[in-house]
Amino acid sequence: MSGTGGISSGGLRHLGGIAVFAVLVASLPLVTKSGVALNFVMMALYATLIAQAWNILGGFGGQFSFGHALFFGTGAYIQAIAQLHGGINAWVALPLAVAGSALVGLFVGSLTFRYGLKGSYFALVTLAFAEVFRIVALSVPFTGGGVGLMVPLRESAGNLQFPSRAGYLWVVLAFVTAALLVTWWLRNGRFGAYLQAVRDNEDAARAVGVNPFRIKLAAIAISGAFMGAAGAFYVQVFQYIDPGIAYGSGTSVEALVAAIVGGMGTLWGPLLGATALHVLSDLTRNLFGELPGINMVIYGVVLVLIVIFLPRGIAGMGLSVRQLWAGKGSRHG
Amino acid sequence: MFDFSILFPSVLNGLTTGAVYALIALGLTLIYGVLHIINFAHGASLMLALYAVYFLKESWGIDPYLALPIVIPGMFALGYGLQRIVINRAGHGKDENILLATLGIAIVMENLALLFFKSDTRNIDTAYSLSTVAIGPAMIAVPKLVAFAGALVVSAALFWIMGRTDLGRAIRAVAKEKEGAKLMGIDVDHVYAMSFGIGLACLGAAACFLLPAYYVNPQVGGGFVLVAFTIVVLGGMGSFVGALVGGFLVGVVESLGGLYLGESLGQIGIFAIFIGVVLFRPEGMFGAKA
Amino acid sequence: MAEPLLALNGISRSFGGLKAVQNVSLTVNEGSLSALIGPNGAGKTTLFALMSGFLKPDSGTVRFAGQDITGREPHRNALLGMTRTFQIVKPFAAQTVRENIAVGAHLHVRGRSAALQRAEEVAARVGLAAQLDKPASDLTVAGRKRLELARALATQPRLLLLDEVLAGLNPQEIAEMMPVVRGIADGGVTVLMIEHVMQAVMHLAEHVWVLAQGQLIAEGNPAQVTSNDKVVEAYLGHGTAARLRKAAASAGQGVAA
Repeated sequence: MSGTGGISSGGLRHLGGIAVFAVLVASLPLVTKSGVALNFVMMALYATLIAQAWNILGGFGGQFSFGHALFFGTGAYIQAIAQLHGGINAWVALPLAVAGSALVGLFVGSLTFRYGLKGSYFALVTLAFAEVFRIVALSVPFTGGGVGLMVPLRESAGNLQFPSRAGYLWVVLAFVTAALLVTWWLRNGRFGAYLQAVRDNEDAARAVGVNPFRIKLAAIAISGAFMGAAGAFYVQVFQYIDPGIAYGSGTSVEALVAAIVGGMGTLWGPLLGATALHVLSDLTRNLFGELPGINMVIYGVVLVLIVIFLPRGIAGMGLSVRQLWAGKGSRHG
Repeated sequence: MFDFSILFPSVLNGLTTGAVYALIALGLTLIYGVLHIINFAHGASLMLALYAVYFLKESWGIDPYLALPIVIPGMFALGYGLQRIVINRAGHGKDENILLATLGIAIVMENLALLFFKSDTRNIDTAYSLSTVAIGPAMIAVPKLVAFAGALVVSAALFWIMGRTDLGRAIRAVAKEKEGAKLMGIDVDHVYAMSFGIGLACLGAAACFLLPAYYVNPQVGGGFVLVAFTIVVLGGMGSFVGALVGGFLVGVVESLGGLYLGESLGQIGIFAIFIGVVLFRPEGMFGAKA
Repeated sequence: MAEPLLALNGISRSFGGLKAVQNVSLTVNEGSLSALIGPNGAGKTTLFALMSGFLKPDSGTVRFAGQDITGREPHRNALLGMTRTFQIVKPFAAQTVRENIAVGAHLHVRGRSAALQRAEEVAARVGLAAQLDKPASDLTVAGRKRLELARALATQPRLLLLDEVLAGLNPQEIAEMMPVVRGIADGGVTVLMIEHVMQAVMHLAEHVWVLAQGQLIAEGNPAQVTSNDKVVEAYLGHGTAARLRKAAASAGQGVAA
């Protein structure tokens, strides 16, 4: 996270890295027609997106949300409902879903941050909100109740439904790239500096002119927006959503574990963590078959191991390794 | 709708459930009061205890109430081990890390259960499962009455341990002033592990009382987690009396909520309480102001 | 006469039954370097918190830069020109020295590179130039104190509230820090410091307030204040002043005390 001064070589280098990444991945469908490969990459990117969303609020903002599915589910339902009940085009529904999730973020944030909720309390309250929404979604007719909603198959690019994974891959890549750029901005701009200051020491930040409430509020809105995008994307790919998928703890856990494993508060951490976990899941599936729960067991074990042995995650490990090589690994002073 | 003959049984049922809730919350508040950690794995641990009671009955024919002397020490050992081996290492001095560690443990527990026991809901049949007792206009199931009495007995035992034994005194010392306790020669790590063990032992007892009137599947833990937290937060983090009172209150609210709003929406009442308390009165009824 | 930069009027604050600050009134003129002293627990840090907005007073007013800022949030006061440091330093541990100071600089500087540039300049002023890329957690106590000072300085304050900026420093570090503080004041920043290190108070401060048990018991220049009986007694106990005078008198007569 240490810069060498402004948008200098360090910052530009990362921008370049993001561009290279985007171009490389975008060209994948041109290089291979393998549905399996493309699907793998698409799902890895999807996992990255939710991790990135969580990382913005959790890694950079220091606010650990255990109920991030709240924003995912909201985006998903808006995407589905706009098309089904509103007859709105999928592409038009997309920004609605994103905006809706951001609004929910603002709502939750304005309550929790106004009353100074932090740490464990914040984590629990976000979980409680997600549960409330899940129960409401179960009980209310226009969400389809427990049966859920199905978006009818009408394959066409204009409908955000693609014949092959390639189209979906490009869409989610666009989101991931946007999240990367936002994360880059967090690391190289005033807002991000303020956000991390609030994370590292809220009182010190207040003393030098930072308004913690407003900063956190903006962070949760941005985080919610990306999560909502992921939800909308999910609906387009799988054409189905129900309260469990939308607001259940599965998505919340996947997002946070990937972000933590990869390295909180870093640019590439979520991508590393999500990809690593995705590979692990795939391996597990190949080794043990479709055992229910085995995936999450692994996630849980990995989470505990990372917290105990590698709290700064994969990217953090890279950081300390680099410091060691540069001879700066001094613990004295 | 406010007819006494409808309200009374609902309240009574709520009280019986509330007693078990209180027992669950007591364990959680003990863990928080001593270790200052929010044990996210509390619900999942209860779920494991329920499975233990289930299999003791189904595979070995041991009645749940007779299983108490097996499940309680078993859960105690699990808690002691978890704290000593896993949670203790996860601290690194940051509360968030421990929260994440307990979350990880909860995920592992839930999904191991899913893996081994599948997602079917199971319950047990005992001779007394279906008997009821009449109290006024209410017909209360016998298992619930036993649960009520049992939970109160175990809670009383817990109070006795905390107030009258050396262990209890050591625990309270560590809770109040860790460094001072260390200076007095108290093995803090041991006390931490004991406290965590007792916290989970409460769950063992709760499971024995709960299963005859309830059921188990891998997901029940999640439902209990938030209820337990609501009670603890409502009663005041670290307050035993608060956990008791809170337990009864929440039990009754849930029962009445279910009566008037239906099963699902009734749950929202509990979450609303939780969110409301955390936002507006985080110290709860009996807790210390932060 | 120009309105003083900072004016406290009848500030009081209690915590439960404890009266932490009672009816304190004082004025700080622009451009001055003054000190707030008093025995431990006197309420000095509480007073800083009340001034800067971290605590709201139960009664009384705080006027700063011509505005009533009583009870305003600290970040708003920082924008107005009042920045405080903390007795127990609060670095952004995970960030580098440069990044730490830049957070302060950003108050008036929007651009990232400009803020980082400013951070370098401020770091040089307090002697941290060589450690710009070090993580704040790697600094010594003296380094962290300088960092705390630098971060506050970067906000371009009109009034700098320094809370025991010399505490925990060895004599050499104190000797190195004092000119830095003097330099800041010479640069036009009004400085009010809470300090226990008497040599700093004597050498730096033009005006001194003495707080004991939440109340202002004396004020004046350093010489006046340190020879004030009430002040001596606040630090050393009831009757000490008289005992000291007696001892000095009998020593002057050649009799062993």
